[in-house]
Parts: sequence; C-alpha cells; structure tokens
Amino acid sequence: MTNRIVTGAHYGLRDWLAQRITAVVMAVYSVIAVIVLLTSKPITYGVWRDLFAQGWMRVATLLFMASLAWHAWVGVRDILMDYIKPAGLRLALEVLVLLTIAAYAGWTIQILWR
Amino acid sequence: MSEAAVKTVRKPRPKYLNLQALIFEIRLPLPGWVSILHRISGALLFVALLWLLWMLDRSLSSEAAFDRIKHYAGLWPVKLSLLGLVWAYCHHFCAGIRYLFLDLDKGVDLETARLTSWVVLGASIILTAFLGLKIW
Repeated sequence: MTNRIVTGAHYGLRDWLAQRITAVVMAVYSVIAVIVLLTSKPITYGVWRDLFAQGWMRVATLLFMASLAWHAWVGVRDILMDYIKPAGLRLALEVLVLLTIAAYAGWTIQILWR
Repeated sequence: MSEAAVKTVRKPRPKYLNLQALIFEIRLPLPGWVSILHRISGALLFVALLWLLWMLDRSLSSEAAFDRIKHYAGLWPVKLSLLGLVWAYCHHFCAGIRYLFLDLDKGVDLETARLTSWVVLGASIILTAFLGLKIW
C-alpha cells in the first residue's frame, strides 16, 4: 500500500516560482506607490480620490491584490503545513484562508470600482 | 576512552522542545531571526489586511469618512499599530529581496549571509523610521 500524504501534487515548483514573481510585482507597485504618495503631499481627500480614480492606478492596485492573493496563499499554506499536523484541521484552515483571500480580492474590486 | 567518560560528555537525547527551551535555550543564528521574522511579518500582514482594506474603503467613500479615518489614524494606539505594520511590510520587503538573491545563489556563504541579515534588519528599521516621519 502506498502511504500518500494529503497535500496534492505537482504544484511545488509552480507555486515556488509564482511566489517570487508575485513578490517582484508587489515590490514594484510598492516603490511606485511610495514615490507617488511622497511627492503629492499634503494628501487631501481630493488628491486621494483622484489618485484612485485614474485607470492605471486601479489596474495596478488590482494587479497588486491579485499578486498578493497568490503570494499570501503560498505563504500561509506553508505555515499551515509546518505547524498544523492533523490533516482534517489543516484542510479546514486552508479552506478558511482561501475564502478569506477570495473575500479580500472581491472587496478590493468593490473599493476600486464603486 | 572509558565508558564513564563517554557518559559525561553525552547530552541527554532526544531533547524534547517545550516553551522554556524555545524561549531560553534555543539560540537562533542571525539569518534564522531574519527568517522567522519574515514568516511572522507575513502572517501579521495577511491578518491585518482586513483592517487596512477597511480603512481604504472608508477613506475613499466620502470626504467626511476620509476625515474620520485621518483622525482615527492619528490616535496613538492606531498610529503605533500602523507603524508596526509599516515595519512588518519593510522587513518582509527587505528580507524578500535577500531571499531572491539567495535563490540566485548570491550571498550564500556564511559571512555574506550574516552581513546581509544585518543589512535587512537595519534597513527595515531605517525605512520604517523614514516612512513614519514622512507620514506623520
């Protein structure tokens, strides 16, 4: 009998690479966001609203959130695989994390295109 | 070597980990600290995203709500928490860049790894102080 571990298969390298690519996407966004915010002081409601009204900012922020979703999924799943041994509990927590990430992403779209 | 001498040298094994051992006995090497802080800051940011998205949502909803969030962010417990999250982001960012270089086999020797660990810890604190000063 094969003693299989409940983790799935064939996603290791893909997710390892995805975590790094999404990290670079978020790093680039972060640097641009910090420069934009530091050069447009003082930040009033008008400045803030106009910034997020621009198409490029909405798309860039959405790409940031999409990257974050995948990046955080790989990272949090790594933590759960390291510390939560019972497979049932780990699966339940993984589902909870996935639902949270989906909710974060949905909320972000709602905030950006209200 | 006699049997008695061997016995005195040997440490009791296996060693079971308890809270006391984790806190007082295990000494993490510097790159180990960068690593565990990378993990803690990542987990913290994931949980705190709920709060950050709520603030973004409110701040973009109306001018009155924006002013309320601005006032809220100025309260010292909120300010302190935000500063903590700024540090978490900066640390995760700096340590992440270090890991990208390690993945490319750059800086994997012990001496360089220790040096870059110091750089990551120092840079994230300096960045946090800089951003903190700029924001407030």
